[in-house]
Amino acid sequence: MSNLVGLILFGVLAILQSTIVSRMPLLNGTADLILLFILAWALQDRVESAWQWCLIGGIFASLYSALPTGTFIIAYFIATGIARLLKRRVWKAPFLAMLAAVFVGTLVVQLTSLTARLITGVNIPIINALNLILLPGLLLNLILAIPVFSIVHDMAGWLFPEELEA
Amino acid sequence: MQIIYILLVAFGLIGLALGGYLTPISRILINPIVSAQSWLAKRYQAVQSLITQPEDVTTLRQQNTALEAENSSLQVQIVELQQQVSEAQLLSTLVDYERRHVENQYTAAAVIARDVSPFMHYVIINRGSDDGLRKGMPVITQQGLLGSIAAVTAGAARVQLINDPGSSINVILQQSGVEGVLNGLITGEIELDMISQNATIQPGDLVITSGLGGNYPANIVIGQVVTIRSDAFTLFQSASVQPAVDFSQLEIVLIITNFQPVDISPLIPSSNTP
Repeated sequence: MSNLVGLILFGVLAILQSTIVSRMPLLNGTADLILLFILAWALQDRVESAWQWCLIGGIFASLYSALPTGTFIIAYFIATGIARLLKRRVWKAPFLAMLAAVFVGTLVVQLTSLTARLITGVNIPIINALNLILLPGLLLNLILAIPVFSIVHDMAGWLFPEELEA
Repeated sequence: MQIIYILLVAFGLIGLALGGYLTPISRILINPIVSAQSWLAKRYQAVQSLITQPEDVTTLRQQNTALEAENSSLQVQIVELQQQVSEAQLLSTLVDYERRHVENQYTAAAVIARDVSPFMHYVIINRGSDDGLRKGMPVITQQGLLGSIAAVTAGAARVQLINDPGSSINVILQQSGVEGVLNGLITGEIELDMISQNATIQPGDLVITSGLGGNYPANIVIGQVVTIRSDAFTLFQSASVQPAVDFSQLEIVLIITNFQPVDISPLIPSSNTP
């Protein structure tokens, strides 16, 4: 059930990301809705399908990007791993865990994308990439982190309702 | 006897009235009557409206709701018509462009998405191999060169914009005939490079495709030189170029379908070649 929801959700998110969010940059950086939903899902209690959602999100992102296939999948897997690690460490403050996961996850995804471009032979000045893409994108992701976490928290409650003790 | 008196009084009054002798008296009498009549009529109308008001309010509210709905519908129609006018103007300019460049065959396509990675300056268009599009075909707008098709599916294609950091185009300056290479930058700008130090270039020079390399047809407008950077210790001059195309406002594009890019990579000698 949750995988089906993930398929539909990331399909919609990929469309939103490529049609609207990509057209609203801050300098040259943009928010990454798919990453935010993957991280928020990975931080939820009782959720077992974090890795599946990560894969689905990575596949959809790869469909809409000219980056070498697999770049997003690898980056999202690393980010999800970090989020799961943070969940265990900072389990009492989920919003803090979300902000930390978004901070680290955004860096991972952006640096992986940058590395992929550098490997394919495209010369990109690191300082420009940092100032114009990475930091603005990080700021946008951090702004959206809490609202996305709240939405995903409600969604997790709907998909995995808490069992009442008799 | 009484009847005779009454008849006499009546005839007398009629006679006085016909003779106009009762007019002042009637004026004196009528004025307060009219005032009283007006006062009473106003009060009556007020009471009548008070009684019939609920029905009127309901009717007015219904009419108001209907009018508001009609107003909203008309506003939507206005927005749609404005959009259609805007699209028609855009298509008209594209048709004008086609007529001015009859040597090429074109297919129009709409830009439907952008690359989700900010490191990639690519767009996705709603035409693909089913419409005759192939990898490498140049993509233009009425203003100038936009890029080339990097990947094709049956119903869509991915276009690499000329401001992508991986894009490199051989260009020529129209006024001076100086050749150079146009590269995209991560900032979304484009830069002219590999210009000989001996070449004279001016801000405002028009940058067009040279056709060298076989990736693009010649003489497609790209932009204008804005600033020139020339250092004594570098081999080449470079210049920033203002692109003719506004990359943030891409809606409809034209693909030149009768141009087949030439792959010259087998002709380029590699370092292993003896």
